[in-house]
Amino acid sequence: MITFEDVTKRYRDGTVAVADLSLEVPTGAITVFVGPSGCGKTTSLRMINRMIDATSGRITLDGQDVREIDPPTLRRGIGYVIQQAGLFPHRKIVDNVATVPYLLGWSKRKARARAMDLLELVGLDPGLAGRYPFQLSGGQQQRVGVARALAADPPVLLMDEPFSAVDPIVRASLQDELLRLQSELRKTIVFVTHDIDEAVKLGDTVAVMRVGGRLAQMAGPATLLTEPADDFVREFLGRDRGIRRLSFISAKEVRLRPAPSDLATDEDGRPLGWRTANGLAAYGTFTPETDSLRAALDAALLSANGTAVAVDEEGRVRGVAGRDAIDELLAEYAPPASGGSGEGSSGDGSSEEAPA
Amino acid sequence: MNWLAGFFGDPAHWSGPDGIPVRLLEHLEFSAGAFLVAALIAVPLGLLIGHTGRGALLVVVAANAARALPTLGLLVLVVLLAGVGTVLPVLIPLIVLAVPPILVNTYEGVRGVDADLRDAAYGMGLRGRQVLFQTLTPVALPLILLGLRLAAIQVVSTATVAAFVGLGGLGRFIIDGLATKTYADVVGGAVLVAALALAVQLGFVLLDRVAVSPGVRQVR
Repeated sequence: MITFEDVTKRYRDGTVAVADLSLEVPTGAITVFVGPSGCGKTTSLRMINRMIDATSGRITLDGQDVREIDPPTLRRGIGYVIQQAGLFPHRKIVDNVATVPYLLGWSKRKARARAMDLLELVGLDPGLAGRYPFQLSGGQQQRVGVARALAADPPVLLMDEPFSAVDPIVRASLQDELLRLQSELRKTIVFVTHDIDEAVKLGDTVAVMRVGGRLAQMAGPATLLTEPADDFVREFLGRDRGIRRLSFISAKEVRLRPAPSDLATDEDGRPLGWRTANGLAAYGTFTPETDSLRAALDAALLSANGTAVAVDEEGRVRGVAGRDAIDELLAEYAPPASGGSGEGSSGDGSSEEAPA
Repeated sequence: MNWLAGFFGDPAHWSGPDGIPVRLLEHLEFSAGAFLVAALIAVPLGLLIGHTGRGALLVVVAANAARALPTLGLLVLVVLLAGVGTVLPVLIPLIVLAVPPILVNTYEGVRGVDADLRDAAYGMGLRGRQVLFQTLTPVALPLILLGLRLAAIQVVSTATVAAFVGLGGLGRFIIDGLATKTYADVVGGAVLVAALALAVQLGFVLLDRVAVSPGVRQVR
């Protein structure tokens, strides 16, 4: 576990980058620091591996004050991924990944073998091992950056806007890859981003920071979307909070009814369309086991008659769900009456910090 | 052409204490000596200043001051101070000539390394010295070699001045040829100096191939 205790970073010119930050980063989960530029999120991250030293307060890593550890030694035990990947241009990919093992004195053979395993783990063709960084695409370089950070199997990973320099499609696949990796590796990850959608997608916990280095709210993504602590957080979360929070509700519990006869299917039971007088009409599908309520609602909206088609993993029809069934489940997950529901109301910006 | 044939075709030019091989060897001695001393001063200094960021002003001042110094004037000054008969009068001006290009290019090479790369190197847990030698130096190597090449060519070309103070080297052919109006010697000596400079250039091109990582060469 990483803890921040009243951590402040003040520069010589008087600028306060981080003010009295206290929070806990739980072990084995992804904690996202998110906020507008100048909110001190990167500074906070870099104080963990002492790329920057705090002015006051302390940061502990599993109970030990990071200031008691010599920075290079500390950093070799913490994976670090930065925005532009920062690969060593003069080293081959395999040697880039093996950087920290080499520093730790592993034999070249062992370090390279480990590097090859990691390339595979992050979804890269081992044939790239002998290439140089300039020969790889931005997305591939970023994967190498992640592999390099994981090379010595550190328990903690610091990721500073790692995916913000790649195009949206590559970014989405890198995010999915990170979630897949994390489900296997269970690292303690601190992830910095300015993109709230990325924060909500990746974070088990999201810490929203405001300019001046103050923590505005720290909560799970679903809670954040339902119950923003104040106007700043609400505005930062942006529009569509209501729809977006549906991503965190499983569609498993949507009550299905048997497919009506006007749903045309092929011989394997896969949907073809809704029968109408003018031929087959559009339909939308969702998979209850793996999809969210957002996908179910989306499927309903895509269907000509407003009824979503539930399919199994093979795409065969299992039943249908009308908007009534979706509404029914939505009611169970309605936001609590106590707060956060008044979109556009500006009166309750009083709470500066959320209970941690 | 006749002059060249006359110069290179004369068997007397190929042996004895004032033949081409001996003069060439003397020339190489002065040049190599001055170049090595200059490199030993300027490369470490450039690396250190580029890495720490301290003393950058020194680079600028040294570079400008040294460029403004006339080599020949310095040569005469050192002869007056140190006297004739040693190689010192020729070494010192050549060293002064060679230091600035090496120092400036080494410094610029190290300083110009991408800040993200430096950050990543420290973030991986490299210590200051490891950052310098395992990251900054290999990445700055093309510029460091450029500085060395410029210095080497200048030194080889300028080492002809040794002849002014009675020392050997290829400059002898030029100076003595001018004095005796033996223009074949002047042209022959000049051609030899130019050929030597080209050989140095070629040597550095080859060195660049061997020493610079393909990953760095491609980026530039």
